[in-house]
Amino acid sequence: MSMLTKTGDASSRGGAGESSTAPLLEVRDLHVEFHTRDGVAKAVNGVTYDVSAGETLAVLGESGSGKSVTAQAIMGILDMPPGKISQGEILFRGRDMLRMSGEERRKIRGQKIAMIFQDALSALNPVLSVGYQLGEMFRVHQGASRKEAKAKAIELMDRVRIPAARQRVGDFPHQFSGGMRQRIMIAMALALEPDLIIADEPTTALDVTVQAQVMELLAELQNEYQMGLILITHDLGVVADVADKIAVMYAGRIVETAPVQDIYRRPAHPYTKGLLESIPRLDRKGQELYAIKGLPPNLLHIPPGCAFNPRCPRAQDVCRADVPPLHPVTEQDGTELPGRGSACHFWKETLDA
Amino acid sequence: MPENPQPTAADSGAGAPDDVARVEAVMAEPVSRGEPILSVRNLVKHFPLTQGIVFRRQVGAVRAVDGVSFDLHQGETLGIVGESGCGKSTVAKLLMNLERPTAGEVLYKGEDITRLSGRALKAVRRNIQMVFQDPYTSLNPRMTVGDIIGEPFDIHPDVAPRGDRRRKVQELLDVVGLNPEYINRYPHQFSGGQRQRIGIARGLALNPEIIICDEPVSALDVSVQAQVINLMEKLQDEFNLSYMFIAHDLSVVRHISDRVAVMYLGKVVEVGTDQEIYEHPTHPYTQALLSAVPVPDPSGRDQRERIVLTGDVPSPANPPSGCRFRTRCWKAEERCAAEIPLLAVPERFKDSDTPAAHESACHFAEEKDVVHA
Amino acid sequence: MPDQIEKTTPDPVGAAGAITDAAVTGAATAAPKREKARSLGSDAWYDLRRNPVFVISALLILFLVVVSIWPGLFSSTSPNDCDITKSRHTAESGHPFGYNLQGCDVYARTVYGARASVTVGVCVTVGVALLGGILGGLAGFFGGWWDSILSRITDIFFGIPILLGGLVFLSVINSRSIWVVMGFMIALAWPQISRIARGSVISAKQQDYVQAARALGAGTGRIMLRHILPNAVAPVIVVATIALGTFVSLEATLSFLGVGLEAPTVSWGMDISTAAVQYRNAPHMLLYPAGALSITVLAFIMLGDAVRDALDPKLR
Repeated sequence: MSMLTKTGDASSRGGAGESSTAPLLEVRDLHVEFHTRDGVAKAVNGVTYDVSAGETLAVLGESGSGKSVTAQAIMGILDMPPGKISQGEILFRGRDMLRMSGEERRKIRGQKIAMIFQDALSALNPVLSVGYQLGEMFRVHQGASRKEAKAKAIELMDRVRIPAARQRVGDFPHQFSGGMRQRIMIAMALALEPDLIIADEPTTALDVTVQAQVMELLAELQNEYQMGLILITHDLGVVADVADKIAVMYAGRIVETAPVQDIYRRPAHPYTKGLLESIPRLDRKGQELYAIKGLPPNLLHIPPGCAFNPRCPRAQDVCRADVPPLHPVTEQDGTELPGRGSACHFWKETLDA
Repeated sequence: MPENPQPTAADSGAGAPDDVARVEAVMAEPVSRGEPILSVRNLVKHFPLTQGIVFRRQVGAVRAVDGVSFDLHQGETLGIVGESGCGKSTVAKLLMNLERPTAGEVLYKGEDITRLSGRALKAVRRNIQMVFQDPYTSLNPRMTVGDIIGEPFDIHPDVAPRGDRRRKVQELLDVVGLNPEYINRYPHQFSGGQRQRIGIARGLALNPEIIICDEPVSALDVSVQAQVINLMEKLQDEFNLSYMFIAHDLSVVRHISDRVAVMYLGKVVEVGTDQEIYEHPTHPYTQALLSAVPVPDPSGRDQRERIVLTGDVPSPANPPSGCRFRTRCWKAEERCAAEIPLLAVPERFKDSDTPAAHESACHFAEEKDVVHA
Repeated sequence: MPDQIEKTTPDPVGAAGAITDAAVTGAATAAPKREKARSLGSDAWYDLRRNPVFVISALLILFLVVVSIWPGLFSSTSPNDCDITKSRHTAESGHPFGYNLQGCDVYARTVYGARASVTVGVCVTVGVALLGGILGGLAGFFGGWWDSILSRITDIFFGIPILLGGLVFLSVINSRSIWVVMGFMIALAWPQISRIARGSVISAKQQDYVQAARALGAGTGRIMLRHILPNAVAPVIVVATIALGTFVSLEATLSFLGVGLEAPTVSWGMDISTAAVQYRNAPHMLLYPAGALSITVLAFIMLGDAVRDALDPKLR
């Protein structure tokens, strides 16, 4: 347990604790495109967001919205080519990672920023025991001996509440259930006590009862280590349970940002509003579901103006002509709503509809 | 092929007024009751586990479905929920006769279809069709959309005369909300939601009475999911279809179903109307399942009481004795290990009129509202 | 708010613009303008045509096929019209590659040698693909004891080293026509294709669309021919095309070792064999047939590579 309880907190975290205003990670106007046979697919078109220590940012979007591509760009695991970061900055503690040397980035990756993937089975190496894979982190990054590494692996497995960790440390990934494998992934991400964890659909492949266990564990560990967490998901339910703030993405842009309480009560973008109304509820039997018409846009041919305009019930001529910037959202009387923004020309009308 | 035309709701509703005086008939039902169009009796499917290469010998069995019974009525939607490995997809395969059951019966209008083969089976298949989960693997990538939706007519030539098929296919495309001009395109030219519509059109082609839907929307994006659910509801009204809707998403199942069966490790643990299951669950597993569903509403998320189950689902090759849920159940006592609880209305609710009086396979069944907690 | 929200029945999607494949990375699938029927086959052909490796190898192979069908177009001399007095002479006017040990024209023999190589390569490949494809495909489709037996037979054949087998079996046969050599090669090489075919049929068989066809009441024949065959044939084609090159070189190897083709058939392998002994005195005798063989094998292997790139389902 000793290695996981934070000692020398201030030094290792660079004093992030006291200055909670300075975000841990800032993404500024990020653009990513893919060059394909059929043309240039614009996957990310100017994404800006930030996360502070101890904070959970949920990035919500459907497939093709660019939420995972943004995360891959942050981690530096984007396939380039065909991918290309054409513009933007990714600042980790104020330093632009896109300008760092490969060596520097490698040091940040894994030690400072770790990632949890959706599919734990394919993210773990099937021919190595989980104990070996967990211990590898310590051997490679901290020069631990085989014995130490194994002891630390067992400690980590205990930490993510895998029963009988000592007996199971030599087991292989396929011998664990889906939920247990996802715990091992979490243990691996936690191994070097990173400052930031990016979780890409961490519970999507799991059953609901197991999903609840894993989310609870993740939230608890985050709280304990005061890590920043970027949670990438399409599930509005999961977001409501754990997020502090939300960024909704559509066609490679952030269309709405808000603290979690506000967005469910009063969405300020028609897309968010549509999504919220289109999910069936557990606690009441609805009538016909509201359905957003049409399909998500083709990234090779994003509609001009607001990308959502062909599907939007509010679309006017201005929506087909001008790309709406992320407006700060306020009350009608001008009272500020901190943290809120909407990339809609008609955010006012949407907010009060 | 001398085949009777589609029976109407009136025919099938007419027979056998007396016998199946089942308990749930007491409940106010949104659909007219009568003899069920499909009834499943003690269905069992064990997949043998073998060893050896040339000379195989059986070393055990995965008890995927282990004694499941339920009824499906005309025009009704029966939802089946459960976690992965509970046997719900195997039930779908058994109903479709894609697997042969180890024991039990599937009665379609009183006839056991699991014993049919050849011509008779082919005739029954016209009336029971399926929509698959994965819109990417359920359409043959080498066939055009026209060929895919037209294939049912090739197999059952009496449904549509040759010259009429192209028009029929275009009609079906129109019914599911796709442009009829797409007839010559290939599946990979469509998005997931559109492919699922193609799969639904194929299922509708033979004008079936029953459609088995195995997770039909779980591979789709949220905004597209609502479109497909609405489409399925519209088609049900239009063609008086009966759905068996298998899914792991409890909210979707509640939305679309009239009645719901909850499965755990190859058995049905609780069955009732959507109101009974969601508002008045009596089986601890149903309660845990419902309380684990993340609710898209952050208000009061910290106060929400949640039953978090410990551990994982045991292996169906070696299920626990007695009640299969007892290894994860907080109410489990010695009796649960010794005695298999039957799926019946619990003794204590038997004579009462409450919505809690529905079938539940628990020795200690007790009502608990977890959804609104 | 309710005024804005139409309870949509599904939107006829054409209105939303080009139909799209909402690939997460926006990767290769979406087709904007040429939005007509695009089968996987036509996509593969589109990729192939734009692949320079394919174009070069296809042109080379086309040339080789023409040479082997009409060698007379390229050489007016007969390969067996020899003049022993010219033994090992180097190039001279009308005989650009010189003469071999028997005084035959090396250019003519190189041209005529193409026929044996191409015939053996193509026929063995077709034979292996048919035999292995059918046996493996049936094993994969029906499974059970038939599959068990076939898999064991495949294992036995895998155990026989093809060169050793050739030395043992072919050397006891007195007159080896081209058919005998091809038959031998087919007999020993089919298990490889059979394994591939079995595997790809098994994976195609488990696809949902096969289940869907069964649920519709489709018979075994329809399922095999309409659903499984078109989806299982690609890996077999890829492996067979790559194997073609190796069959060409295998024939040359057997002939080189003296257990392959026999005179009067002209074969690069035999010529290489006689020339190798004389390499120091007359390197030209070795150079031309060996060069022709290398180019042929390379062309077929390049073709196989290009075909694999176009058909590999992982890339789409």
